[in-house]
Amino acid sequence: MTDLAATDPLPKPKRDLAPILLPVALALVTIPLIGSPSTWLTLTAASLAMGMMIFIMASGLTLVFGLMDVLNFGHGAFIAVGAYVATLVLAPFATSIQADSLWINLAVLAPAALLSMAVSGALGLVVERVLILPVYGQHLKQILMTTGGLIVAEQTLYALWGPQIIPMPLPASLRGSFILGDVAIAKYRVLATLIGLAVFIAIQLVLNRTKLGLLIRAGVENREMVEALGYRIRRLFLGVFMTGSALAGLGGVMWALYREQVHASMSDELTVLIFVVVIIGGLGSIGGCFIGAILVAMVANYGGFLVPKLALVSNILLMVAILMWRPRGLYAVTSR
Amino acid sequence: MMILSGDPPRSRILTLVLVVIILALAATPFLFPGAKALNVAAKICVFAALVASYDLLLGYTGSVSFAHTMFYGIGSYAIAIALYGMGPNWAAVATGIVVGLPLAALLALAIGLFSLRVAAIFFAMITLAVASAFQVLASQLSWLTGGEDGRSFQLPELLRPGTVLISKSMFGFEVNGRILTFYLVFAVSALMILALLRVVNSPFGRVLQAIRENRFRAEALGFRTVFHLTYANCIAALVAASAGILNALWLRYAGPDTSLSFSIMLDILLMVVIGGMGTIYGAIIGATIFILAQNYLQSLMGVASTAASEAGLPLLPGLLHPDRWLLWLGLLFIASVYFFPTGVVGRLRNPAGDKSAGNSH
Repeated sequence: MTDLAATDPLPKPKRDLAPILLPVALALVTIPLIGSPSTWLTLTAASLAMGMMIFIMASGLTLVFGLMDVLNFGHGAFIAVGAYVATLVLAPFATSIQADSLWINLAVLAPAALLSMAVSGALGLVVERVLILPVYGQHLKQILMTTGGLIVAEQTLYALWGPQIIPMPLPASLRGSFILGDVAIAKYRVLATLIGLAVFIAIQLVLNRTKLGLLIRAGVENREMVEALGYRIRRLFLGVFMTGSALAGLGGVMWALYREQVHASMSDELTVLIFVVVIIGGLGSIGGCFIGAILVAMVANYGGFLVPKLALVSNILLMVAILMWRPRGLYAVTSR
Repeated sequence: MMILSGDPPRSRILTLVLVVIILALAATPFLFPGAKALNVAAKICVFAALVASYDLLLGYTGSVSFAHTMFYGIGSYAIAIALYGMGPNWAAVATGIVVGLPLAALLALAIGLFSLRVAAIFFAMITLAVASAFQVLASQLSWLTGGEDGRSFQLPELLRPGTVLISKSMFGFEVNGRILTFYLVFAVSALMILALLRVVNSPFGRVLQAIRENRFRAEALGFRTVFHLTYANCIAALVAASAGILNALWLRYAGPDTSLSFSIMLDILLMVVIGGMGTIYGAIIGATIFILAQNYLQSLMGVASTAASEAGLPLLPGLLHPDRWLLWLGLLFIASVYFFPTGVVGRLRNPAGDKSAGNSH
């Protein structure tokens, strides 16, 4: 925070392009390593799709931290809940899912995704009120409480649905690939990329072009000041928390369709992934989260192709490298 | 007083409970016959030390680490791989210790220097990420670790159950290698807990508490907080790895489920919170309560579950199934963080229920 004299013009937001160029550079560097351009294109498309899904899941986490300094270790639970709730809709309509018409498929998928988002969002409301409100402002207890919440949610899912893996087949019209020359790009990946981009653009528009977004950004910068100006930041926070949970639910559905299966342990696996993304991006930064998600997905895909053994620890190596470069993540938003 | 580093339990009931627990543990081979009782007692010893080392981090520095099982696992695997590869001899035990402990300390040093520089919350996330990567690594490098199956091994001659040290005819009890191993576990755990008491009551421990209360002020007083936190992390990792060694020696096995899994991490968190953060004694109480409950209440849950399903109740059989033990644990965990932030020890020391103690901001 620099002091400004009243007459100075408002400082222009600094454009920090280096992080944006990073995934581009990474993609370009791998072209000669992979060799075949068609394989490279397929891998890049896969990275983009995976990155978008991770971004959708992680965006809520980073916003919640940025706005209210709350780190939700139970964020993964919303992902799993979203995926499980989707099976409630998709299982009874299995025949429509297998129908070879995009519109019939989407007519089932869309309500399933919406229901998942609604349920995860509602769960977000409960979690915020019951688990986070009492320990507001105390990091240690927040971590403990939300970790407890994650266990309870995961075990409840096991109790309700059983410990077995539930298959979640892709709709018939979303299977297979678009073939462009000798490049095959899976249809579902295109859809996932589109949804991810839509979510990213929507979040950016809301944050940068609306009053609500202005308040949220102001809250990230200086919470007390926004409160002093008479806005109920607690309510704003609740809204962001619920939105973040709903997005996690959506991400859960998309991830489950991507993997074509649902299992409660997906919350553990993805919690680690989205933490890495959020750390890489800089806690509280949506743009950083977006780039971080793409980077993680790229390293996973390229790494998995080039050096399969390394893929196991590639996330950690990426995180270490990024934090060496920028210890607070790509974009350090908060002063915390 | 000297042996407790001038930090007595400070509560008559607590002292009594601790004395009973320690005497009961020490006398388990003679008081409670059977393999199960001895297993439970050994597990309590190992976990009391492990949880106490975690308390050094959570209770005294206020940093949440999710990598504590990783260090525990490093200890377990080091001794298991050494004994598996080199055969059951003392040289292998020594190799395991000489390799395992420094490895754990170095890793703790790296993680600490790397992530404790920034916010405490970073530490929690990074330890979680590193621990999960380690877990994947341990299950994938099956040529070394045995993968999901883990490694079973033989102990040196002296520690085997077949080795009779004092035959039954002398005192009416047979003292064999198994009992000797138990006392080894008991003594080393006790020593480590006393050493941790020494650490937290040293000037170094006071600095840790100062950092917990207000890192900024501690830094302003001239303490290099990163180094203090990193040292604490290394000490905790060393003790955790030693506890892992003891656990592997007792089980004659090291595998992902017994030494690395995330659920052990949760168990440790729960034991610290139940026992009382920032007390060290809480570790003994927490480990005892938790492990007794885990071993004897879980079978009770099974009975309740069958009863509920016979009564035709919906949902309840699933919720009470012994496998859903973690569900109740999670609820208990949330409740204890919320209602008893100071744990059993805090309550016993301060029956009025001082809510402000044990909080960390």
